[in-house]
Amino acid sequence: MRTLHTFHGGVHPVEHKQESTALPIAQMPLPSQLTVPLHQHLGQRAKPLLQVGDKVLKGQMIGQADGDISCAVHAPTSGTISAIDQAPVPHPSGLPDLCITIIPDGAEQWIARTPLNYQAMNPIALRQHLRDFGLAGLGGAVFPTHAKLNPGKLANVPTLILNGAECEPWITCDDLLMRERAVEIVAGAKIMQHLLGATEVLIGIEDNKPQALEAMRAACAETSFEVIAVPTLYPSGGAKQLTKILTGQEAPSGGRSTDIGVQIFNVATAYSVARAVLHGEPLISRIVTVTGNVEQPRNYEVLLGTPVRELNALAKPRSDTQGTIMGGPMMGFTLPSADVPVVKATNCLIAKSTQLFPPPQLALPCIRCTLCAQACPVNLQPQDLYWFSRGREFGKAQEYNLFDCIECGCCDYVCPSHIPLVQYYRYAKSEIWAREREKNQADLARERHEFRLARIEREKKERADKLAAKTQGSKTPSANAEVDPKKAAIQAAIERAKLKRAGVTPQNVENLATDTLKEIEEIEARRAQLKRSMEQQPDAPD
Amino acid sequence: MSSALLIMIGLALFLGLVLGYAAIKFKVTESPLVQKIDAILPQTQCGQCGFPGCKPYATAIAAGEADINQCPPGGEEGIRKLAELLGVDPKPLNAEHGEPKPKSVAVIDETLCIGCTLCIQACPVDAILGAAKHMHTVIAKECTGCELCIPPCPVDCISMQVLQEDLDTWKWKYPLYSIQAK
Repeated sequence: MRTLHTFHGGVHPVEHKQESTALPIAQMPLPSQLTVPLHQHLGQRAKPLLQVGDKVLKGQMIGQADGDISCAVHAPTSGTISAIDQAPVPHPSGLPDLCITIIPDGAEQWIARTPLNYQAMNPIALRQHLRDFGLAGLGGAVFPTHAKLNPGKLANVPTLILNGAECEPWITCDDLLMRERAVEIVAGAKIMQHLLGATEVLIGIEDNKPQALEAMRAACAETSFEVIAVPTLYPSGGAKQLTKILTGQEAPSGGRSTDIGVQIFNVATAYSVARAVLHGEPLISRIVTVTGNVEQPRNYEVLLGTPVRELNALAKPRSDTQGTIMGGPMMGFTLPSADVPVVKATNCLIAKSTQLFPPPQLALPCIRCTLCAQACPVNLQPQDLYWFSRGREFGKAQEYNLFDCIECGCCDYVCPSHIPLVQYYRYAKSEIWAREREKNQADLARERHEFRLARIEREKKERADKLAAKTQGSKTPSANAEVDPKKAAIQAAIERAKLKRAGVTPQNVENLATDTLKEIEEIEARRAQLKRSMEQQPDAPD
Repeated sequence: MSSALLIMIGLALFLGLVLGYAAIKFKVTESPLVQKIDAILPQTQCGQCGFPGCKPYATAIAAGEADINQCPPGGEEGIRKLAELLGVDPKPLNAEHGEPKPKSVAVIDETLCIGCTLCIQACPVDAILGAAKHMHTVIAKECTGCELCIPPCPVDCISMQVLQEDLDTWKWKYPLYSIQAK
């Protein structure tokens, strides 16, 4: 029996899990259209591959990964591309992003799917395949999976953790996935283990999911994988928190879990890795919990790009529903509209009502009770960070490790003054990032300006040198004549012309009669006179 | 007695050599203060301060020949940082040098451009691409928004466009409450 550790703080919000776990996962019917954003993962936006009007097959790549921290996007069904343009996406800003819209033809015609023999493959090629299968972390952070499966400088990562904690209230998509598809999750974990060279595989599941625990234990019976029930405490599903619970180790501040030889993936990511490698299916669908103020809360397997409005309608929202939260109530955000599509990060949609989610109360002054510091799972001092963020002292906030904040919302949850602490931290973080961007731009401009000044200086010097060489060259032509054959040729031509002009003596007059010579002389004299008279009247009109 | 004297003289000579070598080897060519000031300036190279670029302005500030409130692109925050660095009181921006504007980039109307290269010569950061009698275009990523290309254009085909917020530059807002009575 493994000894479990605890992390600092944490809270126990009301779970609201049983609402959506009564029914098994249902396949959502094909929506009227699919709007697939090209930027569903962390990192670089994928590059569109096709044109408007092109026919696509189910699973065909429509956006290519751009760089290493990026992944591909695929057509979720067969149909026709009707638009490639800016469309609303699920983002707290409500700003649009580049999306590919597909009108389904209803045939659901797949591309050729070929399973990979991953054990015989070169790990680099296998990771490339995972990138081209569009795999990204489905726990919510959507970091490209292939990048996390690279042991990098380490020869291997000894510990692989599968995160099935699912600690946020309302969300049950991982729970249902583990209950129904445990075998494939384990198969995915084997592929991950192979790539990382991990010697131990730990699967952490909160103890409020007994059925998922049982299913996973059954699926792991033949393997050395350890399925561990962890106490229910928000946010035990945080990557660093679950690592601490299972291994007792903490990733250093600002570092990654690989620094302590641990890599952690969501169970749904493991499932999609298995679908990709063993069945040749790219990531085109995911399980989404539709719950909250609805008549029929349930988990659906949904094609990426499905409009949230159509998915919500299946669960029959009650009449007093106002807006939808994507993600959980602790870390999620209210969608700008229901016209946005389901993306790789959409684990849960919660219909909001004022009864379930009362509007935020007016924030009162901080009374320095430090309840937030007691609740913080990262051992930060939220009250200090709040003062620094509020006072725009971003340097100080960074000194107090603002960037270790995981924005879990525990401090908000316990604050007796109802201060929206996480909003202040997000504000401070994005201001710091903006300053960083500005600084990089200024550095680039400085570098380019300095280069330009140096270039102008160099060109000036080159011109001066050229001029000096020229003037020097005319003074001593003989010295340069041999050096530059072109100049020598020109010089020779000039010399010839000079000679010609100097000694113009007609060659055909020697044998002429005297009166002919006389005639020539007369003509020459007339010509000379005419020339003189022309010179006297230079302004004569011509 | 004489040996002590010799040791002292030898020591003096040796240390003198070390110091002399260090003075040559670690020579500071540029005032570190100028660099620090330059790091705060926004590097638009727009010349609104009255100097031909950010570095000359930084040099002038360091020499006490220019005031800290002459940089409109740097804005209030730039002035505050300069004041902090130099240990003086911040002061409002000198309106003679212009007003702070939202960050913009120059855009060339490519149908009107005659390919005169005058804007290319004016751009302080070489952000305009083109050749004589060929259409020019601005590399938006490298444009500092200094507006120096606008006056030389003989056909007025360059305009400034304010940068719109997109998903990459979007920022979380300062938490504010909407109070009904406004």
